[in-house]
Amino acid sequence: MAETVLEVSGVTAGYGPAEVLFGVDLTLERGEVAALMGRNGAGKSTTMKAIMGLLPPRAGQVRFAGQDITGWAPYRIARAGLGYVPEDRRIFTDLTVAENLEVGRRAAQGGRAAWTVERLYEIFPNLAEMRGRRAAAMSGGEQQMLTIARTLMGNPEAVLLDEPSEGLAPVIVELMAEAVLRMKAEGLSVLLSEQSLDFAAAVADRAYVIEKGGIRFAGTMAALEADDHIRTTYLTV
Amino acid sequence: MDFGFLVVQSLSGLASASSLFVIASGLTLVFGVTRIVNFAHGSFYMLGAYMAVTVVPWLLDFDRSPLLFFCGVLISAAVVGVLGVVMEVLLLRRLYKVPELFQLLATFGVVLMVQDAVLWLWGPVEIPGPRAPGLRHGVEILGQRFPAYELFLICVGPAVLGLLWLLMHRTRFGILIRAATRDREMVGALGVNQAMLFTGTLFLGAFLAGLGGALQIPRVSANSQMDLSIITEAFVVTVIGGMGSVPGAFLAAVIIGQLNSFGVLIFPKITLVLVFLLMAVVLVVKPWGLLGRPEAAAGRAALPEGILATPRFGPWEKVILAVVLVATLAVPVFGDAYTVKVATEVLIFALAAFSLNFLVGNGGIVSFGHAAYFGLGAYAAGLLVTKGGLPMEPALIAAPIAGAAFAALFGFFVVRLSGIYLAMLTLAFAQIAYAVCFQWVEVTGGDNGVVGVWPSAWARSRDVFHYLVAACCILGIAALRHVIYAPFGATLRAARDSEQRADAIGIDVRMHRWLAFTLAGGAAGLAGGLYAFSKGSIDPTLLSIPMSIDFLAMLLLGGMQTVMGAVAGAAAFHTIKDFFMPLTDHWRFFLGASIIALVLIFPRGLSGAYGALRRRA
Repeated sequence: MAETVLEVSGVTAGYGPAEVLFGVDLTLERGEVAALMGRNGAGKSTTMKAIMGLLPPRAGQVRFAGQDITGWAPYRIARAGLGYVPEDRRIFTDLTVAENLEVGRRAAQGGRAAWTVERLYEIFPNLAEMRGRRAAAMSGGEQQMLTIARTLMGNPEAVLLDEPSEGLAPVIVELMAEAVLRMKAEGLSVLLSEQSLDFAAAVADRAYVIEKGGIRFAGTMAALEADDHIRTTYLTV
Repeated sequence: MDFGFLVVQSLSGLASASSLFVIASGLTLVFGVTRIVNFAHGSFYMLGAYMAVTVVPWLLDFDRSPLLFFCGVLISAAVVGVLGVVMEVLLLRRLYKVPELFQLLATFGVVLMVQDAVLWLWGPVEIPGPRAPGLRHGVEILGQRFPAYELFLICVGPAVLGLLWLLMHRTRFGILIRAATRDREMVGALGVNQAMLFTGTLFLGAFLAGLGGALQIPRVSANSQMDLSIITEAFVVTVIGGMGSVPGAFLAAVIIGQLNSFGVLIFPKITLVLVFLLMAVVLVVKPWGLLGRPEAAAGRAALPEGILATPRFGPWEKVILAVVLVATLAVPVFGDAYTVKVATEVLIFALAAFSLNFLVGNGGIVSFGHAAYFGLGAYAAGLLVTKGGLPMEPALIAAPIAGAAFAALFGFFVVRLSGIYLAMLTLAFAQIAYAVCFQWVEVTGGDNGVVGVWPSAWARSRDVFHYLVAACCILGIAALRHVIYAPFGATLRAARDSEQRADAIGIDVRMHRWLAFTLAGGAAGLAGGLYAFSKGSIDPTLLSIPMSIDFLAMLLLGGMQTVMGAVAGAAAFHTIKDFFMPLTDHWRFFLGASIIALVLIFPRGLSGAYGALRRRA
């Protein structure tokens, strides 16, 4: 029986008077990749922000690695071992590639093999070539690699990956998929939000489908691919 | 003018630029990370100077060596740095999420408290500092003598710039600061404890301010007016250079230093106007300063603060209003001369505060220099009567015209900006108006002002004058209130809540704001004119920063969420001030502490409390 790393139960959240999430439930097992699927505005990014404490949940509970992290400040959640890769990348454009990685650097916990700058440059050779370049002068795909590498520098146990394939060229999307599988191979648990079924199918073990702030489907990736009704109702545009 | 003279003039400009940069770099760093414009930065500078005139002579008693002199300077700066940490932990931490107006007000509360603390600790007399051992001589440069200490100061600026560059690029702390300047939330999501980062930044910022002050002691005596004069200059430097940009601050400081040292040769009296012109040109061409970025000023988390609901008067409010109106009119019948005087002033301040809330609460235009239009109205009226020989009536017509005219002129630049830049520009304009009134002695009487501003014979009795003021102010407030409820007022609120959306539905946001600024300036000018006649005199304090802060404190006390809060705030504030000020030597300390307390505990003011009561009932 796999061990649950992240458990989200009954989380509601919103911006000002606008409610976005109405009781989201999901779990992430150790070492798996789970995909949170849904259309634009369904609540994927908001779920991620609520888990990360960037948008504190109004109700419900978030448990991570055996602790109740609901209402914690984001930096404490990050230090507990939960990494976050935001949808809009949010790299520090004034800083160089190497400096961006430095901001993310945290020592590994619990004797796991640590991610180092060198190992990350191996996985993302493009970054190695431009380590001294200002991040503002990078393409979208390169920025996406940088934002993933920056989060890995914190040696997290689990990563929230918000729409890694969004707006990227197909060849870069393939690189992203490889990166996700590499993270999984390293023993990381990954919760990624995604609109593209192809991308999710390539990397994820399980899937959740979210619509109007609530989970509408939970099951294996294969089950989702087989379920035409869910796909046409909640995913295809 | 020979070449040597020009070189020396330019060197002296560089020396002041260098000092200014050291101070401004701290301000801009703190703003970059915390997004708080720290008014108390000038107080840190002043404390640095006072610490140095205390510590350095004591050290020099042991040995008159340059080493001990600079040790003393660094110790003073470090002590001030620690005070910065205290301020961050006790106050700023509670302010990061409140609207910027409240942040500015709260840090200004610290300014007031420090002023009284300095007077209490060091007394009112200026304290001259020792000259630096080893740097007391003059150096011969192209036939001109130039003080060695000034040469040393010229080196300090680039040295600080270099050290800051190393700190920002070669240390983890510096890299985190630069990252936080771009996106502090993301830095937190990567596991960085922002509290530590902010505390460290405040130490650095306050240290630099203290260093700037401590280095000044061989040139200027420590005095209790240093804080506000330097903070205005530092604001101008950071605005021209771009908020949050250290190299920008350096560039701007050098430009201003040269402008001042050569400007004084060409236009001896109006160097300030040159600086103002430079700032205006820069802000029109590059609204975010020479090396600044638009994001630095935008993207704040806090919701706009201001008039949120505009309910019409309910039956109870109508009764209250009627009682207040009757009481106002009955004051001369039942009250003594003193009560009439206070009531007259309350009416005047109510109009001024209402016009400010018209901008702040209704328009989201956070003016930190509203006293400028109040004071310019007063000066227009006062000078027309005393120098122009006109009677009161035309002078009272001229007062709102003057207020509106200057508001239109300054507002042309002001409305191009928003948020913190806007607040600082209004403050800078007010300081320029203040400086002109202060320095143009032949016309304005300088510091002493002008006396003999008396009403016409028919209005000379306190009671009649009270009715005149009541008529003007109540009509003025009613007219502005009408505008708030008119489509024009609603448009301003729309632009306040979302400039982009207002823009997108075809509202000319700038034009509306400019008209609002002009209108509010006119109302403040009328209040100022009336105030000149009620006092019988005019002087520069009418357009000083503390006056602007008084107006803002009235809003804060009354609550800026409601339409009539400003009036209640003006009445409460002025009555309390008039009652307590003669009783204490530490009025400023209490005012500062009260402003901070209001911001932290009671941000919705009196009318907020009333609104809560009404909802509960």
